[in-house]
Amino acid sequence: MSRVMVVTSGKGGVGKTTSSASLGAALAQAGQTVVVVDFDVGLRNLDLVMGAERRVVYDLVNVVQGDAKLPQALIRDKRIDTLSLLPASQTRDKDALTEEGVGRVIDDLREKFDWIVCDSPAGIDKGATLAMRFADLAVVVTNPEVSSVRDSDRIIGMLDSKTRRAERGEKLEKHLLLTRYDAARAARGDMMKVEDVLEILAIPLLGIIAESPDVLTASNVGCPITLHNPASAAARAYTEAARRLLGETIAITAPMERRGLMSRLFGRKAVVA
Amino acid sequence: MSFLSFFTRGRSAPVARDRLQVLLAHERALGGGADLAAVLQKEILAVIARHIAIDHDKVVVKLDRGERVSTLEIDIEMPEATLARH
Ligand SMILES: Nc1ncnc2c1ncn2[C@@H]1O[C@H](COP(=O)(O)OP(=O)(O)OP(=O)(O)O)[C@@H](O)[C@H]1O
Ligand SMILES: [Mg+2]
Repeated sequence: MSRVMVVTSGKGGVGKTTSSASLGAALAQAGQTVVVVDFDVGLRNLDLVMGAERRVVYDLVNVVQGDAKLPQALIRDKRIDTLSLLPASQTRDKDALTEEGVGRVIDDLREKFDWIVCDSPAGIDKGATLAMRFADLAVVVTNPEVSSVRDSDRIIGMLDSKTRRAERGEKLEKHLLLTRYDAARAARGDMMKVEDVLEILAIPLLGIIAESPDVLTASNVGCPITLHNPASAAARAYTEAARRLLGETIAITAPMERRGLMSRLFGRKAVVA
Repeated sequence: MSFLSFFTRGRSAPVARDRLQVLLAHERALGGGADLAAVLQKEILAVIARHIAIDHDKVVVKLDRGERVSTLEIDIEMPEATLARH
């Protein structure tokens, strides 16, 4: 049974695209067949984060409008062949997508893949609602920060009302992925606590991804971090989150503050990784 | 950050710059219009379709946009049956 998973947030720049690529790659590394679909029509970025930007010919809009067949638009990852990308269009806008068209594409993808990971655009308008429309489960990406938590709450409300599953009275699993978590600021008490965010949003926690320069490096070179630097803390956190999605029970540990060489030598606290 | 990455860090920035330069050069050239590779592919297929029946599900298109050269690869399955008629 294939599963359609939307990665959403409401607020922009919280890490949806990074998380879509990383969770998608981690699921593929776990032996699943995975397609990551970029729903950010007009502002595609998933191709860049996955290092496939030079290979895009056709996109989601072309397939929805019947200008290209699905197999022609799918880009197979060069590093792991169970991972594919369906890019968004760069030149069109979200109105080029229709609900029926997206539904048809998702149905076709269900035939080919175990996981269909939908990278939602920011906002709460058509792009975001289409990305979540056919989801079986949702990953709500949230930063431990007031406006992000508020927007996540709004998105959770939409998941409970605007998705097809919700309309049919079926269950839609929701998971919280806390990203850009800064252990040093958490230790200083300058950042919302994990427990506080969990209590407010009241959905189960899928994982905590620390703020890390390794994430930036991975996107610079165009490779999901679970493939590029599997030993890094962020990659391990994404890999564990993927295994939880596959049903494993793994305890979640909050990222610890790490002190760098310099701060250790000079006994001063510095914010590192 | 590991001991090694302490000395090698920063190396990914030039990679990012190079990737963006290639990508943006192509995107700016389009100016919002259709991609030449996509146009070429469509027209090439249309010509071939005049001679043989093409199963569009069996057409594989691969593109690699490079700095100086791009390659467009179109892989079309031509069953013997459709060729024999010629
Ligand atoms: N754990 C992290 N540590 C450091 N930087 C991160 C982390 N996660 C994401 N980022 C950075 O934050 C920025 C935004 O990330 P990303 O593009 O994934 O967010 P998004 O939610 O998809 O944004 P948008 O709403 O614009 O689509 C990027 O520069 C990314 O590299
Ligand atoms: Mg994004």
